[in-house]
Amino acid sequence: MKRFAELYAAIDATNKTTEKVQAMVEYFKSAPPEDAVWTVALFTHRRPKRAVNSTRMQTWAAEMGGIPNWLFGECYDAVGDLGETISLVLGESSLGEPAPLHEWMEQRLPELARIPEEQQREKLTQYWRELDRAGRYALNKLIGGSFRVGVSQELVIRALSIASEVPAPTIAHRLMGDWRPTPAFFQALFDGDTQGSNISCPYPFCLAHSLESSLLQLGSIEDWHADWKWDGIRAQLVRRDGQTFVWSRGEELITERFPEVADIGTWLSDGTVLDGEVLAWQDDKPRKFLDLQKRIGRKTVGKKLLQEVPVQFVAFDILELDGVDVREEPLSMRRAKLTQVCDANIPNLRISPTVTAESWDDLAAIRETARDRNVEGLMLKRLDSPYLVGRKKGLWWKWKIDPLTVDAVLIYAARGSGKRASLYTDYTFGVWDGDKLVSFAKAYSGLSDEEIRKVDAWVRRNTLEKFGPVRTVTPELVFELAFEGIQLSTRHKSGIAVRFPRIARWRQDKPKEEADRLSDIKAMLLENGG
Amino acid sequence: MGKELLTVTERGIYCEAGDFFIDPWRPVDRAIVTHAHSDHARWGMERYLCSDESLLVMRRRLGDEAKIDSVPYGEVLTWNGVKVSLHPAGHILGSAQVRVEHNGQVAVVSGDYKTEADTTCTPFEPIKCHLFVSESTFGLPIYRWSPQEEVYADVNAWWRSNQAQGKASLLLGYALGKSQRALSGLNPEIGPIFLHGAVQGLTEDYRAQGVQLPPTKVIGEAEGKFDWSQAMILAPPSANGTPWVRRFGDHSTAFLSGWMAIRGARRRRAVDRGFVLSDHVDWPSLLSAIKATEAERVWVTHGYSATVVRYLQEQGLDAKVLETEFEGEQDDAAVEEVSE
Ligand SMILES: [Zn+2]
Ligand SMILES: [Zn+2]
Repeated sequence: MKRFAELYAAIDATNKTTEKVQAMVEYFKSAPPEDAVWTVALFTHRRPKRAVNSTRMQTWAAEMGGIPNWLFGECYDAVGDLGETISLVLGESSLGEPAPLHEWMEQRLPELARIPEEQQREKLTQYWRELDRAGRYALNKLIGGSFRVGVSQELVIRALSIASEVPAPTIAHRLMGDWRPTPAFFQALFDGDTQGSNISCPYPFCLAHSLESSLLQLGSIEDWHADWKWDGIRAQLVRRDGQTFVWSRGEELITERFPEVADIGTWLSDGTVLDGEVLAWQDDKPRKFLDLQKRIGRKTVGKKLLQEVPVQFVAFDILELDGVDVREEPLSMRRAKLTQVCDANIPNLRISPTVTAESWDDLAAIRETARDRNVEGLMLKRLDSPYLVGRKKGLWWKWKIDPLTVDAVLIYAARGSGKRASLYTDYTFGVWDGDKLVSFAKAYSGLSDEEIRKVDAWVRRNTLEKFGPVRTVTPELVFELAFEGIQLSTRHKSGIAVRFPRIARWRQDKPKEEADRLSDIKAMLLENGG
Repeated sequence: MGKELLTVTERGIYCEAGDFFIDPWRPVDRAIVTHAHSDHARWGMERYLCSDESLLVMRRRLGDEAKIDSVPYGEVLTWNGVKVSLHPAGHILGSAQVRVEHNGQVAVVSGDYKTEADTTCTPFEPIKCHLFVSESTFGLPIYRWSPQEEVYADVNAWWRSNQAQGKASLLLGYALGKSQRALSGLNPEIGPIFLHGAVQGLTEDYRAQGVQLPPTKVIGEAEGKFDWSQAMILAPPSANGTPWVRRFGDHSTAFLSGWMAIRGARRRRAVDRGFVLSDHVDWPSLLSAIKATEAERVWVTHGYSATVVRYLQEQGLDAKVLETEFEGEQDDAAVEEVSE
């Protein structure tokens, strides 16, 4: 419990992602598996149920602290959090080594929830005496039914990956589904053997940067492959051992959401992994992302929706064929392999066609038709490029037609006005500057009523702080913002001025780390003469 | 009951029998000033009296023109038959409690005080009295300080960890008192220590007064492209986020204050770390200090005075709130600047 409480406090003490990850890495490297596994469980949204009601906690803490109830109330007012107030009014009084986390989670807390009030009082006050301030705070959060931690699942995965040297997607996969927090599970999580057992595992996605230099600097067009930049859900289709898995870029398993895509798997030979995009498709053309969005939120889809918004998988790369990892081969060879696979006329599978052009000028002209095709622009990839991990510069570029959209993270929310006065509808968005989010634009409109209600409920649950009508929220939700105008500006803190921003859509498919970076936006604006 | 020994007028706490004020907030002829913080030592008094230990910093604060007398702790002056003496308050260098005695009645005005002894000023001394006027800046049971050695160890560990990450350490605290106390806890073997201009002069005063402090440099002594990544820089909170800090390049910021005990307050501040270190009494020390005076009556000034008064009354003491203009109430930047 001591280690866990220290980790919990360390994460709380910093707003820097790198420091949070570092603290977790150190913890996961050193904590005994039987405890560490509970930390993984608690940090990946397995919140413990309330074990003791808060009125009782308050009364017993006041008693133990030797202060009258009214004074405890004053303290609570000053602090604003019951668990913290209790940990503070009791002062430092830890008695020796507290019980390890797994004992708390497996025995003490379940027992505490079960026993009658008088015994509860006795136990809990004894526990408070046993723990130091940080431990008491963590305990109060665990029993108060409001346990939260300032790290996303992805950060936990990143830390586990660093600590174990097991790739993040493997960790992500191992954490999926229903598992029990046993030491054996934790050891399996850290198992370096990533082959074999893990048949569903996707490869880390190769990502592209926005084109920031002149096309001419890319050299001869003959060294490049161009295809459309699709506006759907980036996904890997994995077929191994007679099973199919569809992974989104957020390393989320979306197989069940898109049965049409899952069906493609039955046509593929074992040991095939395709990279591509899930798109709503109609009349030989993708539909707008907005249509696809109807499918995104649903875990299971009914017949009606399947008919209304059918999807297809547009493949643009192949990462594994016949069980062999082909990512090191040049793109030209991979395309040849991909073409063979896609030529088999498999329902719902199509290849992302090569866009051919004689010159960069011709290609630029073709790019202008992107809007009519419901695509975002072009992708430029060097024909000799391997499929790299992450976002490496120079080999893959995205060349979007419309520089006027930015993916940004919701950081503040305020109440609206008029009929929306009771809802949080006025948002401030941030983009990444290093590992910080800088506030960048405000937007009031663009979401459907249903989405507004969802965001409103989310804001209330994820408030970090309140300043009058404004709430600071956990940075997590990503939105695509569109603008009438966007340009470089020295007068704005972010260095960018925007005109008439509105929310183009809620990118529920994007993790916050994938929101745009200030440097990329500026580079793009420079490129576009902004 | 006869006349009160002390009253509060619109100018400040007044002793009619001796015709002097204690920490007045409007111009008066004769002011006894407990310590040099700006909400206690104000401009415009005809004559000031402070402790010997306080004289240098008081002079720096009030300027050359001010008429300031000083006395050693414990020396008794008699004004109009009223006995006046100053006694250590342990808050900052030279801080004093004012003891006033007349017709067998003793009143003590605490000023700001702290009972934990530290090396930058003479430790607090409890004084028996009939009437005790106490501050209550941190008068809630949630405020319980850890021993200062633990805080110093945390600060030094933070410094080392910043060094390991190639970051300068910018430690923010009130320029008078907090900065010198922080300095006294720093381990100079870790790296060079630099002082902001606002901290520099006051620190020299501390040294001149015989306080032992680790060696420091002024920012200007760093030449050309100095590598700040190993350095500790002490600065007032107002320096944070100003162009002045840019010279340090990549750096981590921390704030030293009793307010940092509360998570919300830590998060509201745009700093990377909050260290809980205060020059005021915490809740348990406040109660024990009041008890040690054996006073029958307690008047409570700036801070959570209403709360403390209600609590004391429930304990059977004759307590009341004293409305003053000491600025101890807001839990924000202003109070951190003024009251600590
Ligand atoms: Zn003071
Ligand atoms: Zn004060």
